[in-house]
Amino acid sequence: MTTPRVKPEKIRCDACPVLCFIAEGRSGACDRYANHGGDLVRLDALTIIEGSDAKLVPFLADKRHPQDWDGNIVQQNRPFVTAVGAGTTYPDYKPAPFIVSQQVEDVDMVTVVTEGIFSYCGVKVKIDTDRHIGHERDVVRVNGEPIGHVMTSEYGSKMLSLGGVEHLTGGTKKEGRVTCDALLRLCNRDAVEMTIGEEEHQTSLVVQAGKAPIINGIEERLMRVGCGSAAIGMFAKQWFAHVDDVVVVDDHITGVLSEHQAGKMLDVPPTGIRVKGRRSTPGRYFQVAEPGTGWGGTNIEDPLVILDDFKPDVAWPGQRLMMISTTGEQYAYFVLDEDLVPQPAEMPDALEVSANRVSENCEPSVCSVLFMGGAGGSLRAGVTENPVRLTKSVKDSLTYVSCGGAQAYVWPGGGITVMVDVLDMPTNSFGYVPTPALVAPIEFTMRISDYGTLGGYTEEIRPVTEIISDQTRKVSQGESQPDPNARSNYRWNKGAKD
Amino acid sequence: MGPVAAILPCGARLHLQHGPIDLVIGAKGDRDTAFRAAHSCFEGLLDRLVDELPILRTPVTGVPDPEGPVARRMYTAARVHSDVFVTPMAAVAGAVADEVLSAMRRATNLQSAYVNNGGDIALLLTGDETFTLAMATPDGRDLGRIILRTKDAIGGIATSGFGGRSLSCGIADSVTVLAADAASADVAATLIANAVNLPDHPAISRCPANQMRDDSDLGLRLVTKNCGSLTGAEINSALSNGAEAAEKMTCRRIIHGAAMFLRGQTRVAGSVSPFTHHDDRSLQIA
Repeated sequence: MTTPRVKPEKIRCDACPVLCFIAEGRSGACDRYANHGGDLVRLDALTIIEGSDAKLVPFLADKRHPQDWDGNIVQQNRPFVTAVGAGTTYPDYKPAPFIVSQQVEDVDMVTVVTEGIFSYCGVKVKIDTDRHIGHERDVVRVNGEPIGHVMTSEYGSKMLSLGGVEHLTGGTKKEGRVTCDALLRLCNRDAVEMTIGEEEHQTSLVVQAGKAPIINGIEERLMRVGCGSAAIGMFAKQWFAHVDDVVVVDDHITGVLSEHQAGKMLDVPPTGIRVKGRRSTPGRYFQVAEPGTGWGGTNIEDPLVILDDFKPDVAWPGQRLMMISTTGEQYAYFVLDEDLVPQPAEMPDALEVSANRVSENCEPSVCSVLFMGGAGGSLRAGVTENPVRLTKSVKDSLTYVSCGGAQAYVWPGGGITVMVDVLDMPTNSFGYVPTPALVAPIEFTMRISDYGTLGGYTEEIRPVTEIISDQTRKVSQGESQPDPNARSNYRWNKGAKD
Repeated sequence: MGPVAAILPCGARLHLQHGPIDLVIGAKGDRDTAFRAAHSCFEGLLDRLVDELPILRTPVTGVPDPEGPVARRMYTAARVHSDVFVTPMAAVAGAVADEVLSAMRRATNLQSAYVNNGGDIALLLTGDETFTLAMATPDGRDLGRIILRTKDAIGGIATSGFGGRSLSCGIADSVTVLAADAASADVAATLIANAVNLPDHPAISRCPANQMRDDSDLGLRLVTKNCGSLTGAEINSALSNGAEAAEKMTCRRIIHGAAMFLRGQTRVAGSVSPFTHHDDRSLQIA
């Protein structure tokens, strides 16, 4: 980075008599208050999710008059206490910071709320793009430190696997710190700049949850509907009546209607077109150009450069040709002149409609960041004196696992390995410890009777109303998120034997 | 924000918090009286401490004695270590716990009690009462249990290490110290954690303390920023350095014993037995 860093001002914290002098990005002696861009912020506000369409109440909007808004809303809407800001307990065998109960449709439910320290954690990133970001297994670096790698591509998307214990604590201290910081920022929905691959083929990438990726400085817009060959397959029928040939330009596979199986089935005659690049199967070409930010993820701006001269014995003057990129963002229409050279021409309306349909079918390109971590024995010990019983209870669908109130996918097999979309969680849900490891909220909800059975700290249970204070941060329930207390989450609702 | 007091929902524990002080208090006996005494002792405690901060952030040699009760405890605990650089601040957490426990004891006769100040614990045991202590690495790995009995005469337990809340000059994952009072345990844990170290080792990067934390009492002294990978022999050697410091303190009867942890290796100095392990679920405090 060449941008000069302006050293931000230090602030004096007046939260207690110690009056710490706190530099930007650091916290005071209590670890409760910090300087965030010159503002004094409380780090550990407990977050609750309100069960209805309650409005978002700003966290400590007016510190001096917290009584201006009351916690009364809680009586009307069933709240769910998330672990965001709950803190952790030490040593492990101490019960989790909050074990709360409330009656939900005549069932006494209990939620064990803790912020877990995840030494085993990372993020999986799905980047909707067909642009080349790096080869599978290429190393992903931040500030020169390896933090993960490119993994198997998925449909229309590139995938990264970042973090994990090997980078957090298995490498140098610096590698661990940089990895932890990158994970933290990704999970808290901040943008992270990374480089992929070794020097001779390096790609720069900016990833931010819910935002389009920025690849080598260019922001991606659309996720293609399919490769060039697939696009031919999908749209051949809408095209063949209006045009003699179509080339769908794509960095991966460029499709040619007249040669493609889809064209053959529709009796599209040969057009004598000749496409550069490596021919795969009929009508499908690899490597028509270099990867780039032009047409269909290639480096070309003028589509005609991928065509050689038409075969004179097959092509005819007046032949109509459409060229379009896989995202439909670029398209052009040509008619061959007397010398069989394509000349730009006005596109017929019917083709224009179908060209637009290609782009309509492309979804916006976004980066998805999924936090993945394993609830270790010590975290589970905050829930019960017998940690393995919690694992069993989760597998038996008696205990519902959420992260910041968001539904967590629990992996099959041993342990409690969870995966959750950070966009479903409240903002700034994540913290870190210098170990380095991420601190993430995790809640276990179950019936009180089931909590007793698994050896829970039943004497520590507090009614939910006791937890909520004027300093509690309240957020509305995520649109797509089920209520963790809902009966449908549990096996006992389905009539199964307890 | 003023001091906050709350009885935890179990009804058996008192939580007191003000600024960086966070106390969880338990007592067996006349609990109400004890908790009232703790609460009233806590009023203004931090303010009195802050009044003398400049003195408390200065090395013990050559400063006027402080006057506040907590400050005096800090000063006394730090002074015995005049052979190394130390300020009374190294004892602050333990001294606060001692002062509150002492106020409770003055108010009523208790069978047992503890004041846990974020891991630095002042402890009172009588008769057959026991206190079980669980130890864990900063990332939550269980390191086992220590069960304390009245005859062990332990009044203070403290833990320090690199990666904890305070800065450390050493590289220990954690050092837990048992002593007659929490302030003594606190200073000793800090100093032993500093001693678990490999001077001039290339894998350890250091920087002046005041670059990490503006108000640090360590000033320009180098504190550990990062520690890269170490060989088994190096870990062993760092622990030996810590054990040497701990043995000295044990011989001088400043502490009863210390357990040191670094990257999976453990070293014990003095008496920290019985040192039982993971299967022990007879937990006395909660």
